[in-house]
Amino acid sequence: MTLTLQEVEHIAQLARLRLTEAEKTHYREQLSAILDHVARLQTLDTSGVLPTSSVLPSRRVLRSDEPHPGMTREDLLRNAPETEQDQFRIPPVFE
Amino acid sequence: MPELTDLSLLSVVEALRLGEFSSLELVQASLERIQRLEPSLQAFLTLVPEQALAQARAADRRLVAWRREPAAPLPTLLGVPVAVKDVLCVAGLRCTCGSRILENFIPPFNATAVERLLSAGAIVVGKTNTDEFAMGSSTENSAYFTTHNPWDLERVPGGSSGGSAATVAARALPAALGSDTGGSVRQPASFCGITGLKPTYGRVSRFGLVAYGSSLDVVGAFGRNASDVALMFTLIAGHDPLDATTLDLPVPVIQLNGKVDHNHPLRGLRLGVPEEYFIKGIQTEVEKAVRAAIEILERLGAQVKPISLPHTEYALPVYYLIAPAEASANLARYDGIRYGPRLPGEAMWDIFFNTRGEKFGPEVKRRIMLGTYALSAGYYDAYYGQAQKVRTLIKRDFELAFENVDLIAAPVAPTTAFRIGEHTDDPLAMYLEDIFTLPANLAGVPGLAFPVGFDHQGLPVGMQLMGPHFREDILFQVAHTYQQVTDWHERKPGIFS
Repeated sequence: MTLTLQEVEHIAQLARLRLTEAEKTHYREQLSAILDHVARLQTLDTSGVLPTSSVLPSRRVLRSDEPHPGMTREDLLRNAPETEQDQFRIPPVFE
Repeated sequence: MPELTDLSLLSVVEALRLGEFSSLELVQASLERIQRLEPSLQAFLTLVPEQALAQARAADRRLVAWRREPAAPLPTLLGVPVAVKDVLCVAGLRCTCGSRILENFIPPFNATAVERLLSAGAIVVGKTNTDEFAMGSSTENSAYFTTHNPWDLERVPGGSSGGSAATVAARALPAALGSDTGGSVRQPASFCGITGLKPTYGRVSRFGLVAYGSSLDVVGAFGRNASDVALMFTLIAGHDPLDATTLDLPVPVIQLNGKVDHNHPLRGLRLGVPEEYFIKGIQTEVEKAVRAAIEILERLGAQVKPISLPHTEYALPVYYLIAPAEASANLARYDGIRYGPRLPGEAMWDIFFNTRGEKFGPEVKRRIMLGTYALSAGYYDAYYGQAQKVRTLIKRDFELAFENVDLIAAPVAPTTAFRIGEHTDDPLAMYLEDIFTLPANLAGVPGLAFPVGFDHQGLPVGMQLMGPHFREDILFQVAHTYQQVTDWHERKPGIFS
């Protein structure tokens, strides 16, 4: 199958990736080739087969709901590109 | 006396206790070798020599005190230098994941596997090169540089844990950590002629391992031989409340006795050889070396049985839907807000688009797009849903096989190390390098790769043993027995000696 340029742009939009025109053309070819390859899965009859949700036996994982110390604010903000008043700084989301 | 850096992990542990040399001497020898090789090998993204030397001095003080009064137990790896793949967090050390989007990220915590090595006294000397976010089979997808194979500098070391494999193979360090989502420990171990373990899914905590494909990711280890890797494994494995997928099972004590003391130590072992792993297109010398190794196991007493894993050919398409789908979700967190560089943009959305578009490399963008597509409305059932069903069939192949055999033996990769640049323009050709390693990740079973010969160009050939869930102990015992009667694992790359 061949993806259209519009489909590539739509995927990039969903994935929040700014692509150049050259990248769009390139990815269109490469993703189409990969999708051709994976299309062979459609030929397998999987009626009655359950999808894998975990490779290990399912089990209940619970822990006691007790507060414990987490990371400090200083540690959390140390890698942020922009901070202000001990918070992450971002441009306005709503004008 | 051999060079300190030539010694195996177990020998180093013993020699440090006996005081044959100090941790400082050992760490210095390792650092000197790394620095001498680094211009041609390029295995490290970050090195911390000063910190490592300080830790070695501290370890020596403890060792001296212990020798005077050996009552108190000593941490197993006290004073031993190791390297960590740059997708595992080490507190205070830059963790790039081979990506520009994390080029200045300094994690405030340790990954559990790292934490356990550090509590065992190990000294982290640096972070090793990897394909960006562990997506690749050669380290060529690292945003920084490509690591070179110590057996032939024109060739890739394999990937994605290529930096860890190269430095252990080049005899700079006795052991290193890696991660394996689709073969990223076993394939570089094979290309570099060393031993590498992909444990059972859920056996080693993923806490602090930067997530790629969460249902497939597992932390593994490299060493020169099976007994060294077994030691690393027992130290990092086990339940961790910080990773709900780890199972609360005891970690086996793996006793590997030095000598093979009778003629048929593997008597009673049923070894399955799957026909689907000896297909057309596999390099003749790879098949020959692996079949010869199977014969040796047979001579040692194993009963060899031909078996079939009929859905093997679907592992590649299943993997390249599931892993990218999980990656597209996992990598959504890199948005230029909480960490990493931020590219300017008028609104917040522009920051997302600009930062991600600019700072992710081509392979990462390719997989994010592939995964986004496979999960998108209208395509989910046909792609992701169908892939998860076929994954069940692949898993069932293994379950059925393990009703009749204890272990499965197969090649790790269809070829020996390929040339740098050979596959960079063709992602599908690169993906085909993984066909023999992907099934173990999809089924969650453990796999151990180790050297079983060389091709005519002097490049190592690896074999992998795969076992039932949580039976790493059998893998180690069989590989160790093999290594008692062969010396492939003792060979070292000639160019550096």
